[in-house]
Order: sequence, then structure tokens, then C-alpha cells
Amino acid sequence: MPGTIPIALTVNGAPVSRAVEPRLNLVDFLRIDLGLTGTHVGCEHGVCGACTLLLDGDMVRGCLVLAVQADGAVVETIEGLSERGALRRLQDAFLARNALQCGFCTPGMLIAAAALLAQDPAPSRDAIRAHLSGNYCRCTGYHAIIDAVEAAAAKP
Amino acid sequence: MKPPSFDYVRPRSLSEALGILAARGDGARLLAGGQSLMPALNMRLLSPELVVDIGGLDDLRGIVERDGLVRIGALTRHVDLQRSAIVVRHVPLLAVAIDHVAHPAIRNRGTIGGSIAFADPAAELPACAVALQARMIVAGMAGTRIVPADEFFLGIYETALGPDEILVALEFDAVGPDQRSAFAELARRRGDYALVGLAAHARVDADRLDEVRLVYFSIGPTPVRARTAEALLTGRPLTRDTVTAAQAALAADLDPPADTQASSAARRQMARVLLARVVMELLDPVPIGAGG
Ligand SMILES: Cc1cc2nc3c(=O)[nH]c(=O)nc-3n(C[C@H](O)[C@H](O)[C@H](O)COP(=O)(O)OP(=O)(O)OC[C@H]3O[C@@H](n4cnc5c(N)ncnc54)[C@H](O)[C@@H]3O)c2cc1C
Ligand code: FES
Ligand code: FES
Repeated sequence: MPGTIPIALTVNGAPVSRAVEPRLNLVDFLRIDLGLTGTHVGCEHGVCGACTLLLDGDMVRGCLVLAVQADGAVVETIEGLSERGALRRLQDAFLARNALQCGFCTPGMLIAAAALLAQDPAPSRDAIRAHLSGNYCRCTGYHAIIDAVEAAAAKP
Repeated sequence: MKPPSFDYVRPRSLSEALGILAARGDGARLLAGGQSLMPALNMRLLSPELVVDIGGLDDLRGIVERDGLVRIGALTRHVDLQRSAIVVRHVPLLAVAIDHVAHPAIRNRGTIGGSIAFADPAAELPACAVALQARMIVAGMAGTRIVPADEFFLGIYETALGPDEILVALEFDAVGPDQRSAFAELARRRGDYALVGLAAHARVDADRLDEVRLVYFSIGPTPVRARTAEALLTGRPLTRDTVTAAQAALAADLDPPADTQASSAARRQMARVLLARVVMELLDPVPIGAGG
């Protein structure tokens, strides 16, 4: 059996150090070792986007990164981003437009939408669709989500 | 599912990484962006004893242009290609194709070297490398060798790379003023693997093409050149008849598989449609970024 490997990283602004098995992926590390269950796990092979989080500022799939690869990195999850108000406008727009039903996809959708608005403050509906193409929602049928992102972008 | 157990090392130099591969042989697997390896591990399609994370080898990152050659390090991420002015200017085929590779979160980690080494038959970048006659720069314990793209892709997920070798970079000729590239693919959703795709490159003189390369993907075990169609498009005015003849010739050039995504006949039809699209694009290019 392979042993554990020590890692030290920053999660939502706080320093964290642990010893992890090499095969542990980042989303399971956050959920199981740190109790941060806002980042969801769906397909575990990169297809659904439920596990979307920020790694050194880049949006990534938490199920396709090993926890050991995050050694020395800065990780932000839905919990940290919500707390510091980074998603406020999007969250309000999602609520106003019913852009969530069961909510399983919502943390990933919010982070993906925020990444789009950071690089393009006024995206077209087509650009919103293309950007969110990697995030599945099994409830809403997507239109309300596109509406919400468009509405959040239009707000001053 | 969760990956099987493995050991993990993160070498700090290329020679250290090569030494580990030489010592551990088949039991070791390189990890670059992880966007193909991690799904394979999670689904337990692979169970390496040792994962060798080459993410720390910064010399394998970056895009440089010198004397008409563009060198792209194997660890250059898809998103870095998307943002590169050098790529837009000198290797525009990659700039267009990369928008079709996966989704933004995956492009933030996935690398060109991983995509080329993985050699998925449905992947965009291998076909582009063949269309542009890229050279693969491959390092081993015995030194570096250069493999032309035409000789690199051997079968489904199979390349000329040995188990103890590392792809360190790709080298492209910067496009000349009389050369153009074109790219088209059909997929069910933006970012999905293509049902059929086509990367093309040629010399263009008014309404004539020369040195035409038509490289299809998602239509065979490796990127597939449509040689008869290439010959029919070469050196004659591009009339409707010329294009129709080239489309008909695809019947002999391509032998598309049937799978859950599309029948063989549907793929043949898509291949004909894409041919017409890239010929139009070669003659009358849409500026990069304007096509959506
Ligand atoms: C949901 C999803 C959708 C996707 N859609 C597409 C798509 O539409 N088109 C597309 O082309 N790709 C797609 N991909 C794959 C993506 O482009 C990957 O980034 C790419 O195939 C592999 O690059 P990587 O750096 O992540 O490689 P890794 O996953 O790290 O490695 C892949 C393989 O290559 C080997 N390898 C990696 N680097 C090297 C090297 N330098 N030298 C030798 N061997 C090496 C590894 O050992 C491994 O076997 C998708 C992936 C996902 C999860
Ligand atoms: S759980 Fe990571 S993409 Fe589905
Ligand atoms: S709200 Fe249920 S999956 Fe999107």
C-alpha cells in the first residue's frame, strides 16, 4: 500500500495541512477531510461540472485533480466565494429567475458563470451557452440559468 | 468511481523524470493536465503502480516563435493556446481548433502534450498536427529524437512514444503569406468530442489550391488524410464540379466506423459537408474570433 503524502495549501483563505493518499482527488479531500460539502460530486469523470472550484484562480474540475497536486495552491470553493460576496449578483439573479430547482448543479453553475463574467462582462446568450456547456443541470432545462446569467451581467 | 491506489512522484527535472520512467517501465504513467488520465483512473480503466506528475517541469511550458518556427512546450495548456497572439498569427489552425476542445474548466488544465500523447481518435489537436506537418520533440534516456506528425499516430490511443519517453514540445512552421488553414467539426454540443471533424491546410493562389492537406478526425483509429480528395482539389480552379468530385472521392478515402454516436453513412455525409465548408473557408477566410 502506498503511504500518505503531506500537503499544505490555502482553502478559502485559511492555511490547511494534511497527509493524503495519492489517489484522493481534490473534491473528496474538500468534502471528506475538510467537511466542505458545497462542492458536489456527480459523474467523477469530468463530464458534469458539479465539482467546479477555483484552483489558483482558475476554474477546474475537482474530480480531475489530485489533492497532492494542490500542494502549495490556493483553493476557493462555493463556501468561500459566497462568504466573501463574490457571487452575490449571480446568486440574487438565480433566485429571482428560478435558475435552480434541486440545487445540485448550482455551486458549479455559479462558479462557471462568475468565471465568464470576469472575462466578458456583457456576454451574448450564445457565449453564455458555450461557456456553460460543460455544466449539466438535470432540472431547469437551462433557459432560466441563461436568463439569470444575462440578468446578472446587465446589472451595473 | 474512485481511482485505484498508486504511488506518486513529482520530479523536478526532465532527467529525473526520464530516470524514473526508465527504472519503473510499464508500471509508471505520466500525469500532465490529468484531463484524460484522471477520468481513466476514476473509471479504473488504468491502474498504474506509479503516477509521475510532470506538472512541475516548467521548461516544458510556453510558446516561442523564432526564424519562422513556432515551438510549443508539451505542458502548454489549452487555455494558453487560446490566449496566445503567436498562435493566432503563426499557427491559426490551432487557434480556431482549440475553441472546440472540451469546456473551459478542462481547457484550464489540459495540455497540448497530453492531447497529442493520448491520441484520442476524436481529438482535434492530433489532426491539426498532421495537417500542419508538425514535428514532435521526444526525449528519452538516450537523447532527443524528432518524430514527424505523419509517423506519430499509430492506432487508437497508440503513438510512436516509447514507455520510457516524454513528449517535450511540438514544432510548427509559421504559416507563410500564401498559406491558409481551415477547420470545421460537427458535435452535438460545443465542447463535446466531434462526430466528425476536418483540419485543412493548403497554399492558396487566387482560386487554386496547392499542397492540400485534408485531415479528418473521429473517422478512423488515427487522424486520416483524404488523399484522393486532396489530389482532386490541387492545381485546378475551384469550381462546383471540382468540389463535387472531391466530395465523391471521399467514399474511397474514408472508412468511417459506426458507433452509438453516428452510423457510418451519417459520418460519410458529415465528411462531405465539412469538405465543402473548409474549401469555402480556405478561399474566403473568416477572421479568427468573428466566427463565434
Ligand atoms: C469532459 C471532457 C471532454 C473533453 N473533450 C475533449 C474534446 O472535445 N477534444 C479533445 O481533444 N479533448 C477533449 N478532452 C480531453 C482533454 O483535451 C485533455 O486535456 C487531453 O486529452 C489530455 O491532456 P492532459 O494534459 O490532461 O493529459 P493527461 O490526462 O495528464 O495525460 C493523458 C495521457 O498522455 C500521457 N502524457 C501526458 N503528457 C505527456 C507527455 N508530455 N509525454 C508523454 N506522455 C504524456 C499520460 O501518461 C496519459 O496517458 C475532454 C476531456 C474531458 C474530461
Ligand atoms: S463530478 Fe467532476 S465533472 Fe462530474
Ligand atoms: S437544479 Fe437540479 S441539477 Fe440543476
